[in-house]
Amino acid sequence: MTTMNSTGATTATTTPDPTTTASVPAAPARPRRVRGRGERGPLASFGLHAGLLLAAVAAVFPPLWLLVTSFKPKSDAFTTSLVENFTFENYDHVLNDTYFLTWFGNSVLVVAVTTLLGVFISATTGYAVSRFRFPGMRPLMWTLLITQMFPMAILIVPLYNLMAQLGLLNQPVGLIITYLTIAVPFCAWMMKGFFDTIPVSIDESGRVDGLNPFGTFWRLILPLAKPGLAVTGFYSFVTAWAEVAYASAFMTGEENLTLAGGLQTFVNQYTGDWGSMTAAAVIIAVPAAIVFGFAQRHLVAGLTSGAVKS
Amino acid sequence: MAVETGRSVAQAAGGDARGHGRRTGRTPEKAPGPLRRALATHWYAWAMVAPVVIVIAVIIGYPLLRGVWLSLTNADEANVARTIGVNEIEATYEFVGLENYTAILTDSVFWDRLGWTVLWTVGCVSVTFLLGLMLAVMLNRKLRGRTLYRIAIILPWGIPAFVSVFAWKMLFNEKNGILNAVLSGGGIDGVPWLGDPTWAKISVIVVNVWLGVPFMLVALLGALQAIPSELLEAAEVDGANAWQRFRNVTLPGIRSVSSTVVLLSTIWTFNMFPVIYLLTRGGPGDSTEILVTYAYRLSFLNSPRDFATSAAWGVLILLLLMAFAVVYRRSLRKQGEVW
Repeated sequence: MTTMNSTGATTATTTPDPTTTASVPAAPARPRRVRGRGERGPLASFGLHAGLLLAAVAAVFPPLWLLVTSFKPKSDAFTTSLVENFTFENYDHVLNDTYFLTWFGNSVLVVAVTTLLGVFISATTGYAVSRFRFPGMRPLMWTLLITQMFPMAILIVPLYNLMAQLGLLNQPVGLIITYLTIAVPFCAWMMKGFFDTIPVSIDESGRVDGLNPFGTFWRLILPLAKPGLAVTGFYSFVTAWAEVAYASAFMTGEENLTLAGGLQTFVNQYTGDWGSMTAAAVIIAVPAAIVFGFAQRHLVAGLTSGAVKS
Repeated sequence: MAVETGRSVAQAAGGDARGHGRRTGRTPEKAPGPLRRALATHWYAWAMVAPVVIVIAVIIGYPLLRGVWLSLTNADEANVARTIGVNEIEATYEFVGLENYTAILTDSVFWDRLGWTVLWTVGCVSVTFLLGLMLAVMLNRKLRGRTLYRIAIILPWGIPAFVSVFAWKMLFNEKNGILNAVLSGGGIDGVPWLGDPTWAKISVIVVNVWLGVPFMLVALLGALQAIPSELLEAAEVDGANAWQRFRNVTLPGIRSVSSTVVLLSTIWTFNMFPVIYLLTRGGPGDSTEILVTYAYRLSFLNSPRDFATSAAWGVLILLLLMAFAVVYRRSLRKQGEVW
């Protein structure tokens, strides 16, 4: 079993097979089934590796090229060669001569507050809809489900309108409120999934010991659900971090932008500062990718257990 | 599934024992003051959901109603209420009934955009699913470097989409992009990736598939690994060949996960704003404009900004999404959700 994964071992184990087939004359109709389970011929092995390699290259190449380009001088941004004149000037320019750090700060502020508020507001709801059956639950679930699918197209105009009226355009507060429209239903829905995985017997033991439902939630369930809260928080962080539409529409003026809007200022219909764009993109992407690497194993479970937002 | 059932049984039992829960809550015939009684049994559940209900009502419900109202008016940039500095300007738009809707539905633009949105959604989801499934099956086998392949292939998921889209924009650059440089190195004319309506459509689909495959792959790989190997062994002993095993054991085994991810992916793709907005801005012309980006264009890119028509597009999109919600609900129910 342990040697099956190498091609060499495959051919080795294939050799004794003809004798096996010969000793079983009752099955001459299946002479091709000579390989053991899970083994493949060299051709299949080659095909497998070639396919995966192709996919891996296609997946890695665009970000990799971004990284490579960011180390080229501006004038070389579109050369096809690998880095010839290695330089940090793009990074230097982005960090010191643009609003990049301000954008980064804006993004962190808006997204962190959104995430904390979102998780905080929706934790009890996630628990309630996971555990109790109460009048009004069905409408609530429907509301959560549908509001999660809301594309920004439905809310963006009225929200823009309201923000303009309240003078909250270009204010982080405005964007936080806007992002909460995404984060709250999403967090409640996702946390319901996590609470569902915690056995009800724990609640019951709490009740037997005389805790009221709030006590059960606060003292028993919440500590157990910490990983779930973390994943929910992380996911809503990532979602808000990558949000483009609201950020582009509500925030104008260079110093008010978030990263999604800021990156667009480097390359648009008027300018094409690809060098700075690539450097900024790398600074945005690297931390995100690293954090993602740690968290990704938990993400799918949470998502397929019933969350809808990308 | 067993856990799910066990949970609801336990819940029902616990509910009865404490005198609350669905059954007792629904028999208020002779109870003195049904409202008071419901309040007594359910107050903590209501208290727990209150924060979300209030927040949703205020920041989603109210804007939503306002959006519906706006869609029935002639609001645009010039006549809405706004604050400029310290001056507050009153709204002067008027109610126009269903005029916006009749205008949209009788115009070919909406139907063109809808047609492309459907094509875009179906194209992206089907290609993403097939690629994801193929790669998941490949990665589900024992082979050298599996972890490495896996990490590489899910990398696109870990990078914020707007960053990746800019990376692709650079590759697609018509004059200088590396794709065309490679093509011309091979003696082939450069392709106007984002400049020609047909190529632009292909390009946005390629990018969206690139962004979407990792999620599909990881979800489907999880489903594949959850299939008990005894089933496959038994099928093999019974003489099923590789294709038959795949068709009759593997596919049914991943069906519930597949239907969920396909549905999720459909909703996401339908609403996918950043790819199209950042890659082509809906262009050339409006050839790659899907419904949500077009609604955005009406209110934020066009001049003068037409808020009323954009809101009406939003309402129409919402109606389409309701249909998805119904289908999604049904698929959740099949997986044992009980509400």
